[in-house]
Amino acid sequence: MSGYGVRDLRVRYGGRTAVDGVTLDVPAGTIAALVGGDGAGKSSVLRALAGAVAPAGGSVQRPEATVIGYMPAGEAVYRDLTVEENLAFSARAYGVRGAEVARRAGELLERTGLTAARGRLGGQLSGGMRQKLALAMALLHEPELLVLDEPTTGIDPVSRAQLWRLIAGAAAAGAAVVLATSYVDEAERAATVVVLSEGRVLLAGPPEEVMAGTPGAVVDSAARLDPVASWRRGARWRTWSPDGTVPPGAERAEPDLEDSVVVAELALLRHQAEEVAA
Amino acid sequence: MWAMVQKEFRQLRRDRRTVAMMIVMPLVLLVVFGYAASFDVTEIKTVVVGPDAPAVAERLREPFVVDRVEPQQDREDAVATLRDGRAQVAIVTGGQPQALVDGADLFAARAAVTAFRQAAAQAGASVPEPEVLFNPGLETSVIMVPAIVGVILAFVGVVATSLGVVRERQAGTLEQLAVMPFRPTDVFVGKVLPYFLIAAIDLTVITVVGNTLFDVPFRGSVLTLALGAALFLFVTLGLGVLISTVSQNQGQAIQLAFMTLLPQILLSGMIFPLHSMAAGVRWIGYVLPLTYFIQVSRGVMVRGTPIEALALPLTMLAVLGLAVFGLSLVRFRRDLAPAGRARPRAAEASGTVAAGAR
Repeated sequence: MSGYGVRDLRVRYGGRTAVDGVTLDVPAGTIAALVGGDGAGKSSVLRALAGAVAPAGGSVQRPEATVIGYMPAGEAVYRDLTVEENLAFSARAYGVRGAEVARRAGELLERTGLTAARGRLGGQLSGGMRQKLALAMALLHEPELLVLDEPTTGIDPVSRAQLWRLIAGAAAAGAAVVLATSYVDEAERAATVVVLSEGRVLLAGPPEEVMAGTPGAVVDSAARLDPVASWRRGARWRTWSPDGTVPPGAERAEPDLEDSVVVAELALLRHQAEEVAA
Repeated sequence: MWAMVQKEFRQLRRDRRTVAMMIVMPLVLLVVFGYAASFDVTEIKTVVVGPDAPAVAERLREPFVVDRVEPQQDREDAVATLRDGRAQVAIVTGGQPQALVDGADLFAARAAVTAFRQAAAQAGASVPEPEVLFNPGLETSVIMVPAIVGVILAFVGVVATSLGVVRERQAGTLEQLAVMPFRPTDVFVGKVLPYFLIAAIDLTVITVVGNTLFDVPFRGSVLTLALGAALFLFVTLGLGVLISTVSQNQGQAIQLAFMTLLPQILLSGMIFPLHSMAAGVRWIGYVLPLTYFIQVSRGVMVRGTPIEALALPLTMLAVLGLAVFGLSLVRFRRDLAPAGRARPRAAEASGTVAAGAR
């Protein structure tokens, strides 16, 4: 394993296994995205990687705490501190001192569009602004490993673009970035995508490889062709054809990452159903 | 409406601690406090000094219980005995007998004054008029203000601290702190120290206001009271953090905090004298920190008790502090060092840390 990451990671909460055998490798200067539904284990992988939870098995490779930037799920900022005070606390906690604090904080405020809100309390910010502030706090000390749990969830498209510029900038500056996202289109920007389901890896690899490895065929149609294997994409429907045949009224579509993730979930369900039947 | 009722019951069913507190605790409190609620003083610990001490001690009847007879000692020794809280009444013999009463032990003092006056009415001039020391007017405020100092310190220590930590957990910032390059002790001390300072300001303000508005004396050493307060805060702040580590939300923290404050107020000797309580509940008072802080604060402020005579309550506060603080630190560390890694200071060189499963 080069860079940072986890190998054969297991995370348990009491008697419940949240993550089972996940491996993730994040070289410096790249972005890895964890994708999956609710309860898939994304946050648990990130928490173990950042050091917020002890693994029950496997190994975690991370730098020491001074060079980890962590943004937990939710808006983990101090609501009774101003934007500037939140940043100052984060700077001090990570050992950033003197004029460097003002320089980095000013730059991040500018890039997150929070300059005008620098004197406002965290509790007086909108949800999106708090997300930006939390990301700025995670970035302030220029970490080697940046761990972000759903940094863009609940954010308007313009702010999402702003946050992504920051995240991509951190990676370009040499940080290893791992983020969880519910937006599959965002994951396509990552160098590596790991799709999780029920705590296990469903798919992993560069987005183009994941998409190329989609089994069977994905077809596009105006109407829903199957009650289970069809999903809506805008005004149209996509359907997974496991044997690659194209049904009447449909045409073969080039699957994107979202299609590949849906197909992987459907394939898993099909496999589980076959096991039960057997 | 029934939808609301059903929802509330479902939520309550999953919050067993609250249900237990609402059903079981009132019963326990009723029984405990029922046995504790007594102002009756049936025994008054008495020391008799002076050349005629043995003979006078022989003649003393209930409620006076002779603890020591010291023919070699004089009035000065008797005052010192009361000042140090070793007796509630001292009778000085030789010449005109004198009855000295510790006014800082209010209910025992009132009972003693009443007993002396009844005896004088029956026996005439041979019974001396009691002289109440330290609190001559037998003012309630004089003994309550030093105790209220303790309650306020306990309130700040337990309630404010526990809420402060639980708020971090609920906001998700505690998890961030766990990942930051802080040692658990850094977070612990950083979290507790501001409350310690606020409590110290409270202590000063209450003492000055008590002295100004209620004429509560301050006869002893400021340093002794400061030491007692620091040790007491050591316990209560630790208790606050301990409560925060077992509370999922601020509501639970407040409930638990009050469950620790209520017994302290009722069983510490603040309201009901400890020696008037049934033996079955009195021992509870002896494991509560407020009991010992009140002994220190009343001793220092009202009697002017020197530090040597307060060694026992000060030691007990230190022991309780070590136990509670130690336990809370262990539990707090579990929250803040889940990955079992050392958190180096920011100034140290960076490197790679491999964390394997344990």
